[in-house]
Amino acid sequence: MNQPEKAQEFDSFSYDDDIVKKFVHATLIWGFIAMLAGVFIASQLANWRLNLGLPWITFGRLRPVHTNGAIFAFAGNAVFAGVYYSMQRLLKTRMYSDLLSRVHFWGWQLIIVAAAITLPLGYTVGKEYAELEWPIAFAINVIWVIFAFNFFKTIQIRRERHIYVAIWFYIATILTTALLHVLNTIQIPVSMWKSYPIYSGVQDALVQWWYGHNAVAFVLTTPFLGLMYYFLPKAADRPVYSYRLSIVHFWSLVFIYIWAGPHHLLYTALPEWAQTLGMIFSIMLIAPSWGGMINGLLTLRGAWNRVRTEPILKFFVAGLTFYGMATLEGPLLSIKSISAVGHYTDWIIGHVHGGTLGWNGFITFAMVYWLVPRLWNTKLYSEKLANLHFWVGFLGTLTYVISMWTAGITQGLMWRAIDASGKLVYPDFIETVTRIVPLYYVRAVGGALYLSGFVIMLYNIYRTIALAPKEVEPVVVRAPKLLEPTFEMLGRKPHRILEGLPGLFAVLSFVAVAVGTFIELTPAVLSSDYVAVNPAVKPYSPLQLQGRDIYVREGCYLCHSQMVRPLISETLRYGSYSRAEESVYDRPFQWGSKRTGPDLARVGGKYPDLWHYRHMMDPRDVTPDSIMPIYPWLYRDKIDFDVLKKKLQVMKSLGVPYTDDEVEHASDLAHEEAHRIASGLVAQGVPADTEDKDIIALIAYLQRLGADFKKGLIQ
Amino acid sequence: MSVIYLIMPIALLMGLGFLFAFVRTTLSGQYDDLETPAHRILIDDELSTPPTPNDKKGNA
Repeated sequence: MNQPEKAQEFDSFSYDDDIVKKFVHATLIWGFIAMLAGVFIASQLANWRLNLGLPWITFGRLRPVHTNGAIFAFAGNAVFAGVYYSMQRLLKTRMYSDLLSRVHFWGWQLIIVAAAITLPLGYTVGKEYAELEWPIAFAINVIWVIFAFNFFKTIQIRRERHIYVAIWFYIATILTTALLHVLNTIQIPVSMWKSYPIYSGVQDALVQWWYGHNAVAFVLTTPFLGLMYYFLPKAADRPVYSYRLSIVHFWSLVFIYIWAGPHHLLYTALPEWAQTLGMIFSIMLIAPSWGGMINGLLTLRGAWNRVRTEPILKFFVAGLTFYGMATLEGPLLSIKSISAVGHYTDWIIGHVHGGTLGWNGFITFAMVYWLVPRLWNTKLYSEKLANLHFWVGFLGTLTYVISMWTAGITQGLMWRAIDASGKLVYPDFIETVTRIVPLYYVRAVGGALYLSGFVIMLYNIYRTIALAPKEVEPVVVRAPKLLEPTFEMLGRKPHRILEGLPGLFAVLSFVAVAVGTFIELTPAVLSSDYVAVNPAVKPYSPLQLQGRDIYVREGCYLCHSQMVRPLISETLRYGSYSRAEESVYDRPFQWGSKRTGPDLARVGGKYPDLWHYRHMMDPRDVTPDSIMPIYPWLYRDKIDFDVLKKKLQVMKSLGVPYTDDEVEHASDLAHEEAHRIASGLVAQGVPADTEDKDIIALIAYLQRLGADFKKGLIQ
Repeated sequence: MSVIYLIMPIALLMGLGFLFAFVRTTLSGQYDDLETPAHRILIDDELSTPPTPNDKKGNA
């Protein structure tokens, strides 16, 4: 800048706003679908008949469509829209490659379409927010790398030396999401749409929640903070309250967030020190999180009068407030004694939706209302409708969150209620379910309100774009060249070049070391020497394994946990607490995170085979008030015996001690076991042709759960 | 639990990576001025003066 002797050289160029428009469209379309799926599955919980007895739209298969859709399709596309718009302007350059931007856009949409098709078909890995099977998971990695390359090359060709704080949030998002997703989705394929994770049991749980929590941190938090730091000052026409605070809270946030994952596994078979670590770091997170909220809200100082009239600012204020609320509630729920009540209940669902509906949704809406008129060179069709959207959405969020808080705390307290004689006050799990079913209706109404607000926005945006002028000259931007340009160092010594590329050097060295560590440590992880195996505990029989895969396919883990916590109320209800060695052959682990139904870790042997047979046909047959869907297709679809050999081969390669003989005769062994179970059932009046049906495999698996413990094989 | 030997170093490395980036950016002067960046983003460069014949074409 201090070169007065030389005349400033100007570049003239234009921003690629077409890609931003594309992502805005995708955000709106997928947002509608994801929220519609959400309202539908919420209604299914209120009334099981809405499952309609169809496999593809039964709760267990549709719930991942909602969660993945909301996180990766709605929030994901919103983030990309905001990133492409803001980074070009903040860095004063067009994107490095228009082609890569489009590959990113279309690749991402294809991934979403593939997810929307495969999940209802039951192709799932069975780990929350990482459900997509290996070909899609792999495609995500590829598309993410393409996006990252385009992103960092754009930073490299920037014309603005200072990297604004929003960009820092984007950088953290891109790097961390990539690493965590890659690590969590290392799986060995059995076929095109079935794979087993390389980790098992407690290890799988730890990797999964390390990923899962950071999906919240680096997909739903950091990029949205980045968006907030760009779009809020723009909308309020005021600089951010404290730029210094934004830098401080960015760095402290990224340092701390990595460690918070284990708070999803409190009181599980995860070693206690890891649980405590997760708890402490989660509580520490309050400080940087509130740094962001306070900085956002105080940015509006002197502009509060405008909040009264401007819907965009309303969305920002409410969004930031919900962010502050969720980031206080989260750390509180991470305290072990609070987690003891809240975990597995709808409190968590309420907590999550305070964040997603209130924070991610509202920040996205604010951004879209601000962006669309600018992108299409017009004015918003109706400010009134936008205000209406705000109030309907706000009411919907509150209805949702309050109903789920009430449901969660009610049920959590009922589960642990013990009378003076030391017995459970509500020994029948179903009592605690029927009590909260009315709140499931309230929640569905809350969700429907939120969706209606979204539809109002769709109409408003549609009219806005329809009114926009058709032909608009691209705006030409002028900016001086960067006088200490990073890229002009090319051609000098290689190391000097790297040093001159801020960020990139850090990234490359980080990736290099991470890859090195990974290669070095993978054999250790895979080696059976490191897995605490109890020789008395045998791996799943081929039929049980097949049944387990059906359990995963139907998404049973979304409503049933397999983890009895060492709490009196739990051991009274379910039996002795779960040990780590019990899930040593579990690929994926199925500990679960929610108990809409009871825990299943010790269900084996609790009921006769016939009970399970009748229960899956119609749960009301054995539990009159049950809200569980019916599974008629399990009685029609045949067990795939032929794939079992391949499945056992893959398991054996992962260190599961199957003998060669077992692998070779996997299909025969399964046939024998199925015949044994079916003949017992047939003797009790079940149709004679059930022997080769899915239900038999599922019964074999369910009867195995906790059986080793009951036999005294595990102490 | 052996996976802890995998993810602890990676978590540490991520932390160190961020630490390294923080130190580097601090040394490179990114945070010397904590006032103007907040104001600068409010200036819309689309409104700047039209191009002159002397301008070079940027990337598209």
